[in-house]
Amino acid sequence: MARDDLQTAPVNGAARSSGAVIAAEHGTRSSAIAGAEPGAGARGAAQAAAGRWLHHHVLDLDDFSRDEIEYVLETTDAMREVLARDVPRVPALRGTTVATLFYEASTRTRASFELAGKVLGADVINVSASGSSVEKGESLVDTVRTLRAIGVNILVMRHKSSGAPYLAAAHTDAAVLNGGDGWHAHPTQALLDLYTMQSRLGSLRGRRVAIVGDIAHSRVARSDIWGLSVMGAEVVLCAPPTLLPAGLGRRVQTEQEEVALPGVTIEPQIERALRGADVVMTLRLQHERMHSGLLPSLREYSRRYGITSERVALAAPHALVMHPGPMNEGVEIAPDVARSVQSVIEEQVTNGVAVRMALLYLIGRGA
Amino acid sequence: MGSLLIHGARLIDPARGVDRVEDVRFVDGRVAANAGEPADRVLDGVGLVLAPGFVDLHCHLREPGQEYKETIHSGLAAAVHGGFTTVCAMPNTEPATDNRSVVEYVLRTARAAGLARVLPIGAVTLGRSGKQLAELAELAEAGCVAFSDDGSPVADAELMRRALEYASGLGLAVINHCEEPSLAKGGVMHEGWVCTRLGLKGQPAAAEEVMVARDCQLAALTGGHVHIAHVSTAGAIEAVLAAKARGAQVTCEVTPHHLTLTDEAALYGPPGSPVPAYDTAARVNPPLRGTTDRYACRLALADGTIDCVATDHAPHALTDKECEFDQAAPGISGLETALPLLLELVQAGELPLARAVEALTIAPARALGLDRFVPGIGTLAPGAPADAVLFDPDAEWIVDPREFASLGKNTPFRGRRVRGRVIATVCDGTLVYDGYEAAAAVTAGRSG
Repeated sequence: MARDDLQTAPVNGAARSSGAVIAAEHGTRSSAIAGAEPGAGARGAAQAAAGRWLHHHVLDLDDFSRDEIEYVLETTDAMREVLARDVPRVPALRGTTVATLFYEASTRTRASFELAGKVLGADVINVSASGSSVEKGESLVDTVRTLRAIGVNILVMRHKSSGAPYLAAAHTDAAVLNGGDGWHAHPTQALLDLYTMQSRLGSLRGRRVAIVGDIAHSRVARSDIWGLSVMGAEVVLCAPPTLLPAGLGRRVQTEQEEVALPGVTIEPQIERALRGADVVMTLRLQHERMHSGLLPSLREYSRRYGITSERVALAAPHALVMHPGPMNEGVEIAPDVARSVQSVIEEQVTNGVAVRMALLYLIGRGA
Repeated sequence: MGSLLIHGARLIDPARGVDRVEDVRFVDGRVAANAGEPADRVLDGVGLVLAPGFVDLHCHLREPGQEYKETIHSGLAAAVHGGFTTVCAMPNTEPATDNRSVVEYVLRTARAAGLARVLPIGAVTLGRSGKQLAELAELAEAGCVAFSDDGSPVADAELMRRALEYASGLGLAVINHCEEPSLAKGGVMHEGWVCTRLGLKGQPAAAEEVMVARDCQLAALTGGHVHIAHVSTAGAIEAVLAAKARGAQVTCEVTPHHLTLTDEAALYGPPGSPVPAYDTAARVNPPLRGTTDRYACRLALADGTIDCVATDHAPHALTDKECEFDQAAPGISGLETALPLLLELVQAGELPLARAVEALTIAPARALGLDRFVPGIGTLAPGAPADAVLFDPDAEWIVDPREFASLGKNTPFRGRRVRGRVIATVCDGTLVYDGYEAAAAVTAGRSG
């Protein structure tokens, strides 16, 4: 996105007016949306926003600063207000076309993106791999180009292959929003997790977040780790060694000083991992993991790593229990824990709509 | 056929321990004993290195069957562009090179191209399916110089044992692409921190190493000759070293890309790429490994544990690579960048220039005993075939696959600044690649 376009706000009339619409109706909330000091006009708001939001695409959180994440979370606050209205509709993205392009099954991500787009007044079209030209062998690049050619401005993508949204982003000037790629990244899930944690716990700096389960195959864990690390939280990973990815925890020195994932602690003992945790997050265990020799049985996994009320009791008294869904109750999480007062699993889903509205809004202003 | 004199070049002929300025004259497709007599044509070699034509033991020409990726003609044009005068064609064609008629087709088409010589490698098993031995003796009669199911391993240990025994009766090697399928299954890159960063399934170094170790034991058991294709890990090199020490007939090769890149190439891509790049051009089998493995390969090439360099030239069409990383076809178009990449080791002071030349000429010829098929191959001794390459070891250029003669533009080296450029290639006494003008254009472009 061209930075100058935002600084000279009038270039994108729709963007400016959309901020104004929400601001006008919600008085003080305007500051949350625009990220400007109270009372600033739309132009000032847009100028302030320019410094805080420079993303054309949202592909992962590995290129987000703390300030950028906070900006998304502030904007999410404003979107929660919109959702709380009697008629949750604003014309912020009127004239913008959002396509959800899903190559993999999804309930919450797709539904919440669709709803988020509609609340903001965008036209939303849904494309699935099945029943589309993808079934006829059309390549991803061609599909993306086709969608752009029919006028799509924002492409929300879910794909089984890690990196697929990066391929799409390289071949279109539409904004690409990653709705989950392979084992790699799920940035909107991570942002809604951060939002949920922060709204309950306040600042995440120094908070201990235990992530339990199938880290190796989890895009949610990867994006959460990037986001939590930037926000200053301490991340503890707990899983049997077969479900931990290679090269974690070992700092690998290279010319770029790059690491697989930012600093995490690995604690195979679940009791030790959960002790004093502010957040206990467990991940979905795919049943097919049993067939590839990664685990002996669901029963054994559940006994060693299942989140039970006894284990939650080891965490801090205020600890949150989280799960990105869909859950296997009785496997990675006991049903009573999933429904306990500490569980914020449903809240995660609700926040998911607001977070996705925030991202569509921030991207759509520049698209 | 006439005569051709190469004048004033630094002749490096490692087979004879020669490294000096010396004129070489070719007459009727052979190196003449006396360079002093007049010739029909003279090539100026002043400031250049003259070496025997390069020999590639591992090359995919794709024809018959996948002519949209490469043809025998385009592949051989790429070969001579890269200084190669002999290439061994892998049998993973469609149909597989598992019978006489495909071998004859390849040889006939290669002869018609008239650029470089092709020595076909026959399939070990019918259809390269790893189930039943192909008619190895007939393949040998038809002109195959070794056997391989390359692209796939000979996974069944008993079948590998029998293949080694049977091939030893023919005096030929079995070349194995070592990759234990159960360990490598689904892996699209090296298992290490980069695959975790990218969320891609890795294949561990051990997938290669367990099969290399197995094949070393089978070579000792059978007395057969196993040639390990494209070794890429420190552990594989250790196994080869141990097998050689005990006298087993084991040889191996390394590719230019395993000497110069690591798995980070998939993450960072060519210069100027966004991160992560998911660069499908860096997807190759065996995968680009970690820094320790790359270092081990470089050391082992220098000390001779690794016998030679082979390109594993694997051309692909754009659509095979312009897709999701895990859907991309593995392979690198390598014939036209092999020399400058190997010279990077020379420039880094890790490899003597003579050893680099050796690893591209007499060493591969010896590894498979190619002298039996092409007497004198890999040297410029009097009477040897008039196969030679002239290169400028100091010419700098930037790799641009659009300039490749190969149809396969798939290279992770695009945009890389390299040093060392082929100026002319002579095969069988004929100037099959003339790069004087192109080299001059690059020089002019740089100074202008």
